[in-house]
Amino acid sequence: MKDNPSRPLYLVPYYIWIALFVIAPIALIFYFSFLDLTGAFTLENYQNFFSSVYLRMTLSSFWYAFLITVITILIAYPTAYWLTKTKHKQLWLLLIIIPSWINLLLKAYAFIGIFGLYGPANKLLQTLGAGPWQILFTDFSFIFVSVYIFIPFMVLPIFNSLDKINPALIDASRDLGASSFTTFRRVIFPMAINGVKSGVQAVFIPALSLFVITRLIAGNKVITLGTAIEQQFLVTQNWGMGSTIAVFLILFMIIIMMLTGHKEKGGAYNGKTK
Amino acid sequence: MAKLSKSAKLYLVVVFAILYAPIFYLIFYSFNSGGTMSSFEGFTLEHYGAVFNDTRLLIILMNTIIIALLSSLISTAIGVLGAIGIVFLRNRKTRNAVLSLNTILIVSPDVIIGASFLILFTMIGVKLGFASVLISHIAFSIPIVVIMVLPKLQEMSGSLIDAATDLGASKRDILTRVIIPYIKPGIFAGFFLALTYSLDDFAVTFFVTGNGFSTLSIEIYSMARAGITLTINALSALIFVVTLGLVLGYYFFNQRAGQTPGTGGAKL
Repeated sequence: MKDNPSRPLYLVPYYIWIALFVIAPIALIFYFSFLDLTGAFTLENYQNFFSSVYLRMTLSSFWYAFLITVITILIAYPTAYWLTKTKHKQLWLLLIIIPSWINLLLKAYAFIGIFGLYGPANKLLQTLGAGPWQILFTDFSFIFVSVYIFIPFMVLPIFNSLDKINPALIDASRDLGASSFTTFRRVIFPMAINGVKSGVQAVFIPALSLFVITRLIAGNKVITLGTAIEQQFLVTQNWGMGSTIAVFLILFMIIIMMLTGHKEKGGAYNGKTK
Repeated sequence: MAKLSKSAKLYLVVVFAILYAPIFYLIFYSFNSGGTMSSFEGFTLEHYGAVFNDTRLLIILMNTIIIALLSSLISTAIGVLGAIGIVFLRNRKTRNAVLSLNTILIVSPDVIIGASFLILFTMIGVKLGFASVLISHIAFSIPIVVIMVLPKLQEMSGSLIDAATDLGASKRDILTRVIIPYIKPGIFAGFFLALTYSLDDFAVTFFVTGNGFSTLSIEIYSMARAGITLTINALSALIFVVTLGLVLGYYFFNQRAGQTPGTGGAKL
């Protein structure tokens, strides 16, 4: 491995890829964020972003992402915790993960049927004596479907970090007289916090940026940062404004990753975490 | 390990039920002779017939498969060579910088990748359509292949290469007869993951596809926006079976590559 003159050759296509598809696109997004509709230099997009319309949109996008993340943690944590105690835990984990491999569009489409005016959700409500309600195209349906889609992405990292905890530590805590709640609060939770952080990373950023769920499930009720970018690029054709929102989305992403980042040896990679 | 309490078991059952209910709900109504997803009238296979008789849909399906296979083959080739190059980089700082650049496309939201690629293709004059979609899929698959291959390369002992050199192997022999066979499980895992990423992608393709060229995800999106057609249900059932096959294939190679399972499917 010492002297390998052919080594740079291996990297030529790879370096071209980095230059063209990693560095150039980010540079172009920054460049376009300073252009107006005619292609002239302007700071107007940034001014617009700090106007009340966009600030309100950003805040509501964050609020939804926050709600979605919290609810997903509340559902996924117990799931992951009890999964680690099942007999064939790897098999059960695989079963939890499989739905995450099903195309997102199909899952969203299923909910168009489920939440429809004559769908099973409304039938259930009617047998309970309520409804039919307009469930589709509300913020409730948006949050519900998002949580549904993100559960596996939260369960996996939490499961992995819970599974790594040495059971002897839990026994030790019990032997020293800690109640199960204290054991959980003082031993299990702090040791598995990195899993939660990875889960937050895998859920919060997509919750800010996904536009499929908003388009299909929330109608125009919910506008996330991702929806706004898609709107600017493909509908309004205002690439400058779209790029400006994208710049801020990148910034938020970096901040979230720094907040939830942690040093882990070996660089654990959780597969398709996006 | 303590046994699970009844309530814990019930909780897990409910979570599993909720996770799978929408998928089976879709598949169930794909056999409905009535045209809706709300009342089941009778058993029929006509919606599957509709899928296979729709020439347009079949062409789109072919497009999707061709894009997936081509993009994962090319990205695997570039990614494997890149990973080998990265391992040989002696300067720690350079290596870390390259690895950080590698992860950018993995962590970036799809809207950003899609939007920035759209600008890129327009600037350098690539016509939106087959070429732009293929190039984008190659581009976002490369880092995944690198990530899947790197651990295998890192666990490979350098003395294997030294031994091959001492025994008189050429550079080419070392690559094709020592390194590649050793990292094969990683290569297959990377290829499978690239394949599923490509088959599954919606958002990036949506940005760079232009008019006239369509993949399955794009087609399903426009059909779903128009409302409920049970053809989509039949399609979903077929996709579900294919996905299941791919996931099992991926896990099979992944197990051999000795890596932990990952979530997947939807590139969110």
